[in-house]
Amino acid sequence: MAEPLHALTALGQTIPYTKEIGPYRIIERFDVALASLATRKGRDGEVRAAAAKAGLPLPDPARAASGNPYSAFWVAPDMWMVEADFATHEDIAALLKPLFGEAASITEQTDAWVRFDITAGNLAPLLERLSNVDFPAVPDGYASRTVIEHIGCYLIRRDIGSVVLYGPRSSAKSLFHALEVTARSLL
Amino acid sequence: MSQKNRISGGQIDRSKVLTFTFDGKTYSGHPGDTLASALLANGVRLMGRSFKYHRPRGPISAGSEEPNALVQLRSGARQEPNTRATVAELFDGLDATSQNRWPSLAFDALAINDRLNTFFTAGFYYKTFMWPASFWEKVYEPIIRRAAGLGSLTREEDPDEYDKGFLHCDLLVIGAGPAGLMAALAAGRAGARVILADEDFRFGGRLNAETLSVGGRTGAEWADSVIAELAALPNVRLMLRTTVIGAFDHGIYGAVERVSDHLAVPLEGKPRQTLWRIYSKRALLAGGATERPIAFENNDRPGIMMAGALRTYANRFGVTVGERVAVFTNNEDGLQTARDLVEKGVDVVAVIDARPDGPLLPGIRHLKGAEVVDAAGRLGLKSITIRQANGRTETVEVSALGVSGGWNPNVNISSHHRSKPVWSEALQAFVPGEGGPQGLSAAGAAAGQMSTHAALEGGQKAAIAALAELGISAKADTVPEAEDRPLSITPKWYVNAGKGRAWIDPQNDVTVKDIKLAHKENFTSVEHMKRYTTLGMATDQGKTGNVLGLAIMAGLTGQTIPETGTTIYRPPYTPVAMGTLAGRSRGKEFKPFRLTPSHKWAEEQGAVFVEVGMWLRTQWLPKPGEKHWRESVDREVLATRKSVGICDVTTLGKIDIQGTDAGAFLDKVYCNTFSTLAVGRCRYGLMLREDGMVFDDGTTARMGENEYVMTTTTANAVTVFRHLEYCRQVLWPDMDVQLISTTEAWAQFSVAGPNARKLLEKIVDQDISDSAFPYMAAGNITIGGLRARLFRISFSGELAYEIAVPTRYGDALIRRLVEEGKAFDAVVYGTEALGVMRVEKGHVAGNELNGQSTALNMGLGKMVSKMKDSIGMVLSQREGMNQPDGYRLVGVKPVDPAATLTAGSHFLEKDAKPVIENDGGWLTSKVYSPHLGCDIALGYLKAGDQKIGRRMRAVNLLAKTETEVEIVSPHFFDPEGERLRG
Repeated sequence: MAEPLHALTALGQTIPYTKEIGPYRIIERFDVALASLATRKGRDGEVRAAAAKAGLPLPDPARAASGNPYSAFWVAPDMWMVEADFATHEDIAALLKPLFGEAASITEQTDAWVRFDITAGNLAPLLERLSNVDFPAVPDGYASRTVIEHIGCYLIRRDIGSVVLYGPRSSAKSLFHALEVTARSLL
Repeated sequence: MSQKNRISGGQIDRSKVLTFTFDGKTYSGHPGDTLASALLANGVRLMGRSFKYHRPRGPISAGSEEPNALVQLRSGARQEPNTRATVAELFDGLDATSQNRWPSLAFDALAINDRLNTFFTAGFYYKTFMWPASFWEKVYEPIIRRAAGLGSLTREEDPDEYDKGFLHCDLLVIGAGPAGLMAALAAGRAGARVILADEDFRFGGRLNAETLSVGGRTGAEWADSVIAELAALPNVRLMLRTTVIGAFDHGIYGAVERVSDHLAVPLEGKPRQTLWRIYSKRALLAGGATERPIAFENNDRPGIMMAGALRTYANRFGVTVGERVAVFTNNEDGLQTARDLVEKGVDVVAVIDARPDGPLLPGIRHLKGAEVVDAAGRLGLKSITIRQANGRTETVEVSALGVSGGWNPNVNISSHHRSKPVWSEALQAFVPGEGGPQGLSAAGAAAGQMSTHAALEGGQKAAIAALAELGISAKADTVPEAEDRPLSITPKWYVNAGKGRAWIDPQNDVTVKDIKLAHKENFTSVEHMKRYTTLGMATDQGKTGNVLGLAIMAGLTGQTIPETGTTIYRPPYTPVAMGTLAGRSRGKEFKPFRLTPSHKWAEEQGAVFVEVGMWLRTQWLPKPGEKHWRESVDREVLATRKSVGICDVTTLGKIDIQGTDAGAFLDKVYCNTFSTLAVGRCRYGLMLREDGMVFDDGTTARMGENEYVMTTTTANAVTVFRHLEYCRQVLWPDMDVQLISTTEAWAQFSVAGPNARKLLEKIVDQDISDSAFPYMAAGNITIGGLRARLFRISFSGELAYEIAVPTRYGDALIRRLVEEGKAFDAVVYGTEALGVMRVEKGHVAGNELNGQSTALNMGLGKMVSKMKDSIGMVLSQREGMNQPDGYRLVGVKPVDPAATLTAGSHFLEKDAKPVIENDGGWLTSKVYSPHLGCDIALGYLKAGDQKIGRRMRAVNLLAKTETEVEIVSPHFFDPEGERLRG
């Protein structure tokens, strides 16, 4: 068997990058596995039952929900993105498929995205310069597709001082640059 | 440095002195000054030259409506032309210069235009530059372009940063005068989310410029107290130096915040300006009103300005424009200027009141039924000529004249959705009409509520009404006491005396005569008049002059003013710097980049990258000693065909298609069949548009019973995904199909060449021999236990595979392939070599998939299955698209192998003239084939399939090239496909 391959983060490093800019902390996450889960036509009940059994939340539209071992956020009608710890769920699609059988379509998405967790006392001044999401007004657990500097992203609000951004992995450097210069402009 | 015209009072900080320069001369001012107020304090009235006649000009306003006092601020890379001195906030070290003059502001050679004014009347371009026609481009236009324009740019890159952002509110209040403040207060106290934006650097609007009282305090003090309360409310956002520039769809407003313009240089990391997109549930226009002039002969002398501006300079800035002042008015408000100036100790020598009746001002020479007929003083006002009610004229020495022809409510933003403002006879002005931007109302002077009391009350009422629509209950508080005097105005647009010119639009040098000429020449429609005379087409958009112009036209045509109507109001309300619109998207940050998984490795190798959409792809990888790109590309091609080459093909779109109807779905979107494809196999697919033209192509693999992976071209990855989503959601919502893009999730490399299998065998864990993994096989494999995918497909005509791993392992995979490939002299090749090999093999790509070509054109007609229905199948059968003499894909070789081909050349028969009737088609893609040792090309040729072996000419009239060519099969290389099945 061939030697295992090494992994690089979306920002091209061997270890994930963390940047502190004044009160803002931007953390590249490399430890989350991701898969899409879409209900097949007419199989909603089976999917919900299987999800409940597996401890996998299926949040309402525009919402994220945490669970163990799986968390999820809504992305489209009858479709969610499922998160899990990468160390234990690297092949997340293969782990999910047996849970749902032919009731759901499951696709690996881990490396389709770069994830940045951003924290500060109040993220509203930063996010109002990046996204048209009404960040101070939406509730904790809000999840939405949005555009940041022409880049399609998912935004999940944990609380007013904590947000998760998923952006396309190939544009990780451009997205990080936008976060960085915007945070700097607020110092 | 003496500020000889500085008088007492004002909202300037006299404890601090700021020095600044204008045209190299040093002056002083104070914090709270504008450049215009500081220059006037120093006795400088002359600040600019007009656009056409180069007439000497001074400010006529104290606000953003200013047409005259346009200057260049700063120097070097930060030099900004056409800045209004009346809103430029003074800072220490400000460096301003006048513009549109040579050699100096006081002596301008091009002022000769003023002497030649009879030639420069309205429409002179159209009349003068008609003949000879050939002169226009080479003679007239260059001359006009040289003469046109006001300020200049240094052409250095703007060193400042600009930002963008998004704000949300229940109520956006535009303008922080009495109406805006009361509205914000009512809404803020009710707990609504409020944004209060004002273009000034001090909240209060006209309250800062008046001596009136509000609630027993001065207007400015009352404004300060309201701002203090609003600032303490967490639900209210105060935005100073912020101009709302336009109303857009769905309650969205654009606003420019001048974050750093009041500083010499922006603070480290801070933007110069921020463009905000404000999402409002309701908006209130409280933008006040703009005073308009009365036109009379030579009314553009420096020192003549709006009466309200004269008052602003005195009350807010502590400046008198001159020692001896007169006021010319047709309304009550003009008299207030005289009163305030007298109160400040300024010598008001006369008030010329066009109204014949009414009480006289005590202690001032108040001439009723009089008018100003002329003014003298080329570089600065020296005297005015007054015609009294009895017809007697007299000349009075003055250095400043305030003119008031009434006030125009600032209806611009309420008219940005083409709502027509309506005429108010009482105000003699337009007020906002019906049908403006949804959710926008108006209050205060902007709505024609002209007294302070009316504005305060109107602002509160409008806010309460707007919030009620949102279900927010706001309380009506006691409106503070304030003046509520009735408006008294007698229409007076211009003084009809003498033969001289009377200016309406001073920036574009439009005079009453021009309007009369437009009328004579039948350009009487208000829109025609605007274009013919250029009235209101300067950077100030005619804020002071437009109503005057159309009122004069109304008088000439005999129509009423409302019948004459207004021109269209358009954003932006005031000029916006291009950098502000660009925001952070400039230079190398103009757009985000997408980097391939092998980017880091390729960068280390010194690869040359090419932009493909947002992707940066390796174009070729030069080796030491290679001086020309062709050397690198030829080497990459030859090495691949000889042994093995590796190419990053991650950029190709990858779409995961699952569901019990996935196969049936693919049968509908592809013109060929996929439902019969065996699991573990892939197939080339062709996708048509509804009109039968080819949309995209690529291979699709069946990874499971209900699971396919589609590959698209790089260019169409997004459009194909969108198309599939449309099909799934709209055309066939009952189908059980789920889609998601996996383009980014997998790092995918092509490994091509006779030794491709040998190389991969060193890496993958499974048996991939030809029998175990035959041509067009697809499946999941592992590399050192890591999940991976393998597809046996070829774009080069070689034995080839595409191998994919989760993207984080892409860097490791390219390094592993290169390392293991050393035993085979493997190369990594870029998009150029990829292009060469696909042309050698006759594969269509972007140049052939041009949106105008059918499967038949491409030689792929048999792929369109008639056994099933699919998008585009029916329309691809149209007679016109199936003619035997239609375009067919052919190969092209020069007869002389040393000759070169030019892409885009057109096919002509040997003796045919190069005219459209003889056009046989065109050459779509051209490369140099190191394998064949000559240029080769693909092309679309009429009846091309019947012309194989024919000699023709490839002619390019643009490049002036002509090459004798032989038409050949598009499959230059291994036409039987033995290598790729090897």
